[in-house]
Amino acid sequence: MTEIVESLKPIFALSCPASASVLILMSGRWPNLRESWTLIGSVVQFLIILSMAPVILSGHKIECYLFTIFPQVHFGFKVDAFGLLFAITASSLWILVSIYSIGYMRSLHEHAQTRYYFCFALAILGAIGVALSGNLVTMYIFYEILTVSTYPLVAHEQSPEALFAGRKYLAYLLTSGVFFLAAIVFTYSMAGTTDFNPTGILSSASSSRSGLIVLFILFILGFMKAAYIPCHSWLPTAMVAPTPVSALLHAVAVVKAGVFGIVRTVGYIYGIDLMRELGLGGMLVSFAAVTMIVASLFAIAQDDLKKRLAYSTISQLSYIIFGVALLSPMGITGAMIHIPFHGFMKITLFLCAGAILVASGKKNISEMAGIGRAMPITMFAFMIGALGMCGAPPIAGFISKWYLGLGAIQSGHIVFLGLLLIASLLDVVYFYPLIRTAFFEKMPEGEVLKELEAKVDLYPGRLPILERERPLYLFMLIPIAITAAFSILFCLFPNLLHIYDLAQVAIRNLFGG
Amino acid sequence: MIYFVEHFPVLVVVISILSAITILIAGWIHRKTAWFISMATLLGQFIASLFILRHVLTVGTIRYRLGGWVPPWGIEYVMDALNAYILVILLFLALVCVIYSKKNIEHELPQKVVSFYTVYQLLITGLCGITVTGDIFNMYVFIEITSLSAYTLIASRGKIALKASFTYLVLGSIGACFFLLGIGFLYAVTGSLNMHDLSILLPPFYKNRVVMAGFAFIIVGLSIKMALFPLHTWLPDAHAFAPAEISAMLSGIIIEVSSYAFIRVAFSVFTVHFLKLLPIFDILCWVAGVAIIAGSVLAITQVNLKRMLAYSSVANMGYIMLAVGLSTSVMEAPWNGLTPALMHILNHALMKGCLFLAAGAFIYKADLWLIKDFRGLGKRMPYTSAAFVLAAISMIGVPPSVGFVSKLYIILAAIEAKKIIFVAVLLLSSLLNLVYFWRVIETMYMKRAEGGDPSHSTLISKDEAPFWMLAPILTLASLCIVMGVLWLAKIPMPILDQVNSLFGLSKMP
Repeated sequence: MTEIVESLKPIFALSCPASASVLILMSGRWPNLRESWTLIGSVVQFLIILSMAPVILSGHKIECYLFTIFPQVHFGFKVDAFGLLFAITASSLWILVSIYSIGYMRSLHEHAQTRYYFCFALAILGAIGVALSGNLVTMYIFYEILTVSTYPLVAHEQSPEALFAGRKYLAYLLTSGVFFLAAIVFTYSMAGTTDFNPTGILSSASSSRSGLIVLFILFILGFMKAAYIPCHSWLPTAMVAPTPVSALLHAVAVVKAGVFGIVRTVGYIYGIDLMRELGLGGMLVSFAAVTMIVASLFAIAQDDLKKRLAYSTISQLSYIIFGVALLSPMGITGAMIHIPFHGFMKITLFLCAGAILVASGKKNISEMAGIGRAMPITMFAFMIGALGMCGAPPIAGFISKWYLGLGAIQSGHIVFLGLLLIASLLDVVYFYPLIRTAFFEKMPEGEVLKELEAKVDLYPGRLPILERERPLYLFMLIPIAITAAFSILFCLFPNLLHIYDLAQVAIRNLFGG
Repeated sequence: MIYFVEHFPVLVVVISILSAITILIAGWIHRKTAWFISMATLLGQFIASLFILRHVLTVGTIRYRLGGWVPPWGIEYVMDALNAYILVILLFLALVCVIYSKKNIEHELPQKVVSFYTVYQLLITGLCGITVTGDIFNMYVFIEITSLSAYTLIASRGKIALKASFTYLVLGSIGACFFLLGIGFLYAVTGSLNMHDLSILLPPFYKNRVVMAGFAFIIVGLSIKMALFPLHTWLPDAHAFAPAEISAMLSGIIIEVSSYAFIRVAFSVFTVHFLKLLPIFDILCWVAGVAIIAGSVLAITQVNLKRMLAYSSVANMGYIMLAVGLSTSVMEAPWNGLTPALMHILNHALMKGCLFLAAGAFIYKADLWLIKDFRGLGKRMPYTSAAFVLAAISMIGVPPSVGFVSKLYIILAAIEAKKIIFVAVLLLSSLLNLVYFWRVIETMYMKRAEGGDPSHSTLISKDEAPFWMLAPILTLASLCIVMGVLWLAKIPMPILDQVNSLFGLSKMP
């Protein structure tokens, strides 16, 4: 029996990044104080969000409505299992990325760090707001905050290239925001409400069949943050941002907000039954499958490590869309748990890319020969992430692919399983060369020596371990180790951080028992 | 029993005229007094307007007979929810602008401080008069007072502004003539000039050609005054060359009070029944739709910040008139009737006021007019730039700002009126706004100074506008967000509901 619990916890959770952002702005002159606000904010937020889990797991929902915007539309939050799942993912990773940011930004002596931390906190506010909001209008508000607040992060470097990326980023995402707004308004005029409801708020009586299909297309265009092909090109371009930004925002917060929105639309606005009735599931599956495969092919061609990871993200996001579009319980379970699992794995990969950049200044894969020897811990973590992406046990990616595969079978179309396996195979194709280059190719000797002679007293015949060189580097290595460890732990204990249970609760709500 | 508050409508106008004369005399003796008198008067007027609003909402419409003459022979001042609301907005922005002008006018017009404040008070007199009056000929008189003082204020900059002022003078006079002709036609048919009286006498003549022609004349006349596309040609130069606070008043108040005059004539003199006889409001919607797109596109082509903002005002008048055009066909609360239009009048005053004042601060501190010169301004004037950004993202319509709320309400109204095309227009205009405002923001914050490297940009020293200029800018910028939340929470809604029920634009419960 679903019971509604009134609680201010969602507000508290959101006030953490909000107040952190203000404090960061005020203490810009004292870097240590400034960074501690970020850390305190992230930890407190994580604890608050985690404390909501027991209530949700017992089948209740947490509500907190502030005021009414329109009849039947309130500004407020309704936490359900799926929203909490995303909130846990984003807030837990915020802690790790905050620690990492300190190391990264200080090692590279980046400029405008106050602006960076400020916008980062605002972006998290947006992402958590999206996760916890109870209806489309509230979600839209946070969705736009997320878009705008990430712009300064993308254009951080302020070089012409970064400015171009920023402009492209806004052009894509604010345009999509406009589509989203149109979709919301039409939904409201059809259904009279915008609340998320596990049975859907639209029905075939709301409008004509073609009307509903057009509305669905508007929604999909509205969630361009999910970076599906052909609306994906902002994401690789946005990789000029500092690595922690690419890691948290473009592997977790921003893109997952888009995917999250698609899941919300499919499950909670249209409802599974209506989706089946309209035949939209099949359309979405084929759409997602194309992205999965084409993006992987693109990824093979990239030499810039971060760009390759970006294409990998595009492909992996479509796994989630794919899983939802299967409209079967197992498929949606797979999609839901892939949100945190992919988040942890991809963030490991990005953090490693950043660590390589800081330690050796290398961006391109072709230059990374032998880097595995110089940075053993980093590259080991990278390998874990990469294997996880390919779906190899015992790493989290295996679990989500397993469910996605089951979902494909459950939906009754074996061909979908085939598509999934092809996409997985392609994952191997673009990750394997990297691992080979890093571990099995020899580093051209002269180059290393030239770079490091000045700094390190070299023992003859032994490669320097780059990871030891800088003290701040510890800030970066620890988060990498933690995310890598979690990527493995999630496979062994999928219920860590309540992830599996939350997905189960969400599925029970969606499918009614 | 007559409440003391019921004298306020006339007092608001009278003390404003008196203060204009006082400023002239006192300023002659000591020119520093001019600002204090102007500011004290406006503060008094603003407080009075708040009392009026409260009285109107709690007790009811105020009717004040000038000199005790009984209407329709005498002139009558009528305060209902609509003009009480407009009066508060008007005086608030006027007050903010006068606070801002303390430093700015000393800098820009050091020789003309006294005459500036004298004419400024006359401008406020005219605006208040348009708002409070219940007599249509009296309204014409006040429109002329407003316009004449506006011509003078625009020309106060000297040479560069003379042409702008002259263009405005010519077009403004044409507009006023049209308005006067329209009034004459109505008078010829009914023999009355009192608005309430007219609304009783007119219905039998609704099909009369003379009445229709009169209405058309009034619409055209006021459209020139409010710079509705394609009658906007006077506006960009006038906005660009006037002193900052006058640009803010022009864009935030003067053209909006003209749109108030339009609403007043359309709904109080004529009625909803008349408006439904002819497809006037459908045409108005289309004109406004074109204005929105054309204004935004023209704004994109500008290189001068103030001209860009001016074209953006053209687009925003389009928003207001689109909302007015939809008003008769939308009955569903909470976006029924005039609510979106009145909402956007306030919102636009806040946003555009803030933007023009910030643009003025850039000119004051660094003499920067062109957008391409704004590099590094985000570091140099951090608070002003931040305020500019807040107002700009509000114009773009990022939630939860005021611009978002207006846009949302107008879109919902358009959907209910089954005019889906305007939904597309509004959404497209959001994107166009994004294009021209983001260009400015990007230059201010992101573009490196010529040949510089971002790590060296810390070398740009902070050089912020003085407190008296900064405080108004920051107030308006924060209101852009605060009002947005208040609108979403529907706290000011009772005022607008009362307006709608006044004009028969809401569903009877």
